[in-house]
Amino acid sequence: MAENQSYYVPEQSKWPIIATVGLGVTLYGAASIMVNAQQGESTTGAWIMFLIGAMIMAYMLFGWFGNVIRESRAGLYSPQMDRSFRWGMSWFIFSEVMFFAAFFGALFYVRVFAVPWLGGEGDRGSSNMLWEGFQATWPLIQTPDPEAYPPPEAIIGPWGLPLMNTILLVTSSFTITIAHHALKAGNRSKTKLWLAATITLAIIFVFVQGYEYIHAYQDLNLTLKSGIYGSTFFMLTGFHGAHVILGSLMLIIMLIRITKGHFTADNHFGFEAAAWYWHFVDVVWLGLFVFVYIL
Amino acid sequence: MAVTGVFMSAVADTHAQGHYHGPAKGISRWLLTTNHKDIGTMYLIFSFTMFLLGGTMAMVIRAELFQPGLQIVQPEFFNQMTTMHGLIMVFGAVMPAFVGLANWMIPLMIGAPDMALPRMNNWSFWLLPCAFLILVSTLFMEGGAPNFGWTFYAPLSTTYGPPSTTFFIFAVHIMGISSIMGAINVIATILNLRAPGMTLMKMPLFVWTWLITAFLLIAVMPVLAGVVTMMLMDINFGTSFFDASGGGDPVLFQHVFWFFGHPEVYIMILPAFGAVSHIIPAFSRKPLFGYASMVYAVGAIAMLSFVVWAHHMFTVGIPITGQLFFMYATMLIAVPTGVKVFNWVATMFRGSLSFEAPMLFAVAFVILFTIGGFSGLMLAIAPADFQYHDTYFVVAHFHYVLVPGAIFGIFASAYFWLPKWTGHMYDETLAKTHFWLSFIGMNLAFFPMHFLGLAGMPRRIPDYALQFADFNMVSSIGAFMFGATQILFLFIVVKCVRGGERAAAKPWDGAQGLEWTVPSPAPYHTFATPPEVK
Amino acid sequence: MRVHAKRAGALLGGLMFPAWSMADWTLNMTPGVTGTSNRVFDLHMTILWICVVIGVVVFGVMFWSIFAHRKSRGAKPANFHENTLVEILWTIIPFVILVIMAIPATATLVDMYDTTESEVDIKVTGYQWKWQYEYLNEDFGYFSNLSTPREQIENRQAKGENYLLEVDNPLVIPVGKKVRLLLTANDVIHSWWVPDFGVKKDAIPGFINETWTRVDKPGTYRGQCTELCGKDHGFMPVVVKAVPQEEYSAWVAEQKAVAEQERELTQKDWTMAELMERGEKAYQTACAACHQADGSGAPPAFPALKGSQIATGDMAAHIDIVVNGKSGTAMQAFGNQLSEVDLAAVITYERNAWGNSTGEMVTPKEIFDYRNQQ
Repeated sequence: MAENQSYYVPEQSKWPIIATVGLGVTLYGAASIMVNAQQGESTTGAWIMFLIGAMIMAYMLFGWFGNVIRESRAGLYSPQMDRSFRWGMSWFIFSEVMFFAAFFGALFYVRVFAVPWLGGEGDRGSSNMLWEGFQATWPLIQTPDPEAYPPPEAIIGPWGLPLMNTILLVTSSFTITIAHHALKAGNRSKTKLWLAATITLAIIFVFVQGYEYIHAYQDLNLTLKSGIYGSTFFMLTGFHGAHVILGSLMLIIMLIRITKGHFTADNHFGFEAAAWYWHFVDVVWLGLFVFVYIL
Repeated sequence: MAVTGVFMSAVADTHAQGHYHGPAKGISRWLLTTNHKDIGTMYLIFSFTMFLLGGTMAMVIRAELFQPGLQIVQPEFFNQMTTMHGLIMVFGAVMPAFVGLANWMIPLMIGAPDMALPRMNNWSFWLLPCAFLILVSTLFMEGGAPNFGWTFYAPLSTTYGPPSTTFFIFAVHIMGISSIMGAINVIATILNLRAPGMTLMKMPLFVWTWLITAFLLIAVMPVLAGVVTMMLMDINFGTSFFDASGGGDPVLFQHVFWFFGHPEVYIMILPAFGAVSHIIPAFSRKPLFGYASMVYAVGAIAMLSFVVWAHHMFTVGIPITGQLFFMYATMLIAVPTGVKVFNWVATMFRGSLSFEAPMLFAVAFVILFTIGGFSGLMLAIAPADFQYHDTYFVVAHFHYVLVPGAIFGIFASAYFWLPKWTGHMYDETLAKTHFWLSFIGMNLAFFPMHFLGLAGMPRRIPDYALQFADFNMVSSIGAFMFGATQILFLFIVVKCVRGGERAAAKPWDGAQGLEWTVPSPAPYHTFATPPEVK
Repeated sequence: MRVHAKRAGALLGGLMFPAWSMADWTLNMTPGVTGTSNRVFDLHMTILWICVVIGVVVFGVMFWSIFAHRKSRGAKPANFHENTLVEILWTIIPFVILVIMAIPATATLVDMYDTTESEVDIKVTGYQWKWQYEYLNEDFGYFSNLSTPREQIENRQAKGENYLLEVDNPLVIPVGKKVRLLLTANDVIHSWWVPDFGVKKDAIPGFINETWTRVDKPGTYRGQCTELCGKDHGFMPVVVKAVPQEEYSAWVAEQKAVAEQERELTQKDWTMAELMERGEKAYQTACAACHQADGSGAPPAFPALKGSQIATGDMAAHIDIVVNGKSGTAMQAFGNQLSEVDLAAVITYERNAWGNSTGEMVTPKEIFDYRNQQ
């Protein structure tokens, strides 16, 4: 073995079972909220359950990651362990890519196949018989059944706020890279500065996106319920937004850790993992900008 | 074989290592464990429990179909049974069994001290009971459990689904998280924790097949999560992914589902390929024929599995170019699959064969899985598929690849490695009885289904026309026989755990690999210092 | 549960034997009665024999090893474990076989997809759990429901010859003509299958799939829905009567007359008793599958009507839910499934049966006016 250190196998840990209970309670609560709401019953109990679950999850995340950080700082981890973390994070990001792939796939399918068919084009064009007067357009500003799915009055064009958001995110990818180089060079104050800049850009992004959503709902009648355009638009941008928030939280925690003196110039995988994640979020946005907004 | 001639006593020094202890006492051992062997054991026990539960549901189905007319259950409940049977067997029985085998055997086979991320490993396991608790609880909810088949096609599962569908969706999410983390762990372990000298092309085939399976899992479980999320949104938040009146398409569901679903089929069979590739050489006392081509074949099958999904949907009206593409791609899968079968047969050819229980199950695996492969090839021919699709022919096909395929593969593995796990030999006579009863029962249950399908019996019906009566009765008798036999397996395993002839470190004279260099039963911690592989 | 078991036991003797005598041990697909089904049958047999031959060769070698190379017979293992030439051969040979197989399959598929130049166009709509057939060139249509009595299904009566494969109104087509089917569905996905035609195609809500058939031999052909579509998926058969052209023309004329007659019935003055009588019949075919014959329903998916708010309260709300359905639930809009007469009869029946004695009735004319207002 290249390393003299043996691979660290942790002793028993309470965190996985806490995480299981936390996740189970959270999701059971979430499902109960939805089912009760749909059946017109009270959701109070379900909300309490959901919040308890969420608190257990928060406790678990702090506890489990805290544990790992302590072990890492105690020098228990070998370079081999570091590679395990790297593989783990890479494949986790790959799984996220595939999650988004499902939604992009849905978008391409409806644009290339389903909507034209409903509008009378292509192999299954006779479907249009069922939807007299419906014409296929994209963005879909007329739905086959406007009563069931009232269409949006307009959609959000790419060259206003979305372009600005693109610039924000691309810039943030650069700033996090500058922060990373600074950390490798041992320049901690520069790291903090650029990391803080990245976080600021991320937060602006989230606010702009929130503003855009309010605009869509209030002024354009572009909602989840306005047919397949609204469905794909909000699912893609919404899940991306959720990932941006998660990524920002990671970056904020990294900032706190750096402030507390964690990480060294050559041992800072936690930071790198957050940076990888941030780049991933950025790339997804570029895909969104092209396929959801521009095309 | 590649791993031949690897040997050093890896275990002696684990006892010398100070910070390793034996297992903790009581329930905390299982709740808090980070040990790959404990976690593997829990996976296997969980899997067998689910196998019995899903099997009980199959018995309900077969009892109702014993003769025409409605006798035992009503159609609503019958549909819940077929749905839950499928979900429980796929996600609760077969997949966890292979993850259990992976946990036990991969570190032993590659000379690693444990899985790469032991705490996450524990979490992967415990999420499963949590997910299935939610899933099974839907049986007791108002409106009943999911009743739309394990493929849960929209809009039957969205607009027309029971209220419990939302719980089902979250249960699938939890299973997905568990599978993805389990797969990440397997990949990290294989790529990072191999003993020095064990290059990729020296890895045992079980490790190879699991590496590829784990890749498939990470690639497609998120897609399943995506499709159930779309369902969740359609049900609760008014989106129209699967509703044409908003511009969506019910067929979109099927595309996304089967993009997950077809690789999923290989997720359930590739590890069995791997295990059988250990067992056949061991009992043929001859190295595996064509190791490299076996690896390439598994790789080819995995890659092709991403471009064949629509062969599950030949009747939905996809345009003809698509239909032809998916037909050709599907037929191609026969090539690498054939290579594997030929290699196994060539391994047996001019060997020195003996037929202990693992070998019996492995040989039955090759023969019966191939029969399932043949019917698969028939199903690939799109025009012919119009006649087979959604009939009992399909039911026969996938039960032939899953029961004597995946499940016989699991039994073969269990008997093969039981001596290593427990330190005792299992009762060979009982195990052979288990094999022959399972073999006869299984063929009696599933072979007549081919005839039923060809004669025109659709699947997922609680009652049928009179011309199907005879074969259904035969099939039910076979199913009861197969089901009852599995209690015997439980008995054999319990007996083996509690005692029996002491097993040597290498109880099978023809077996190869690092796992046989450690004593039986395998000590709680093994390979704390990695062995050297030459 | 116990009652069911007892009943099943009591009837076992009486019912088993007819079942056995009618059952058969058919092993293979039948060639069917259309050009398509014959070509499919040939493909099926070709691929089956290819599989059998490969199986015999491969398992022959295997069984030879099992027989001759046993350790107990003193076999000494050889040590070969690689041969590139063999590997290449058994990759290429199967590939060639597949290519040979793909050629006729492709030709058949192309033919099956060619729906042009049809002589009769019929729109087939799947409902939970019945089929609707609309003759597009003739302007009439009707529903086709399972006609096997509940008593047979619940083992209270001996099962008939065409148990579960019989309907009240079969699809009627002329022989020797290319019939184009436009398949769609009203609620969930169904699949329309007649094995003898070699035709199976999914009926997808909101989309239309086209397929076609040309039947040369007159006769009655039976099939079933083959896509799980809910509770009564097993109880929505497809029955097609292929008849000579003259018979077909006469039948079409008759159907048109019936449709006309139905329209006249709307204007007639109906009495309560007449409506109740017709209502009971219409209720059994259209409503009883979900709401049950005694109005008890199967909550929560299918609420009870007996004593329900809808069936005993405001008449307008009752008409609305029957005519327009309730979106997001399994309650369909029956306005375009039933005639005005049947709508009026069903509503009247529901308001007065099973102790829902409101004494109120609604006439076909009122329903007609209601629909016109919409």
